[in-house]
Amino acid sequence: MADEALFLLLHNEMVSGVYKSTEQGEVENGRCITKLENMGFRVGQGLIERFTKDTARFKDELDIMKFICKDFWTTVFKKQIDNLRTNHQYLAFTCGLIRGGLSNLGIKSIVTAEVSSMPACKFQVMIQKL
Amino acid sequence: MSRPAHRRPEYHKINKDLFVLTYGALVAQLCKDYEKDEDVNKYLDNMGYGIGTRLVEDFLARSCVRRCHSYSEITDIIAQVAFKMYLGITPSVICNNSSRNEFSLILDKNPLVEFVEELPAGRSSLCYCNLLCGIIRGALEMVHLAADVTFLQDRLKGDSVTEIGITFLKKQDEKKHRRKK
Repeated sequence: MADEALFLLLHNEMVSGVYKSTEQGEVENGRCITKLENMGFRVGQGLIERFTKDTARFKDELDIMKFICKDFWTTVFKKQIDNLRTNHQYLAFTCGLIRGGLSNLGIKSIVTAEVSSMPACKFQVMIQKL
Repeated sequence: MSRPAHRRPEYHKINKDLFVLTYGALVAQLCKDYEKDEDVNKYLDNMGYGIGTRLVEDFLARSCVRRCHSYSEITDIIAQVAFKMYLGITPSVICNNSSRNEFSLILDKNPLVEFVEELPAGRSSLCYCNLLCGIIRGALEMVHLAADVTFLQDRLKGDSVTEIGITFLKKQDEKKHRRKK
């Protein structure tokens, strides 16, 4: 187990680092969000591999989603997420995390986040049927 | 009026893999963005510096360390309290010179490189864990201690151990008490 403070500070620095080192145009067309999301994706893929090493096969997509929402989430964050900032930039990494986890379980998806009533944050997962 | 009972606030933990893998993704992204190893190393050091300046507040609030009177005590605290608290490891400390301002932390285990077998091709000068150097440097600066912190040896580069060197730059003022680290 690691300390939350370390991860939160690293995440903060990553977000501001990505934004500092990009051109104005890139900020506008969402390049930064993509970079962060891609990093989250990579991490999500790695994490899900480790967590599901000894798990039984999932029955269906709903089963997978339940796993992601409950087991995956709480194992990774050890609690309900309640202190992520509301800016999209801070949610990008987490969206990528979910997308990466699903990807390695065989589900292609698009994950977006929306904050309509604080402190609740809604992640929307759109599963792409091939 | 009675004081409320002292309760240790619950500090949140996260899965260690999350931090280690996130760090790996960050380094991978930086290797894509910067061709030269020195640029990646510098970026990691600066990022670590930013983290260290904030992490030290968290550390001081939670560790109840006593006031330090020497660089040696400070280095011991970094190794035995800080590293233990945040990464779960305890590097050993060596003093490298007689004026007692140069120290080394020997990392036997390093959780940051748990999933790294070797440095990528063409990246032989990459200091993969350079974030740690920046963190230490930033934290020390917040308690008014200037120091150079670099990797002296790195197992990922083929050395036998991983060694972080800390060189304290200012002469310690004997008359004044140092702020706690």
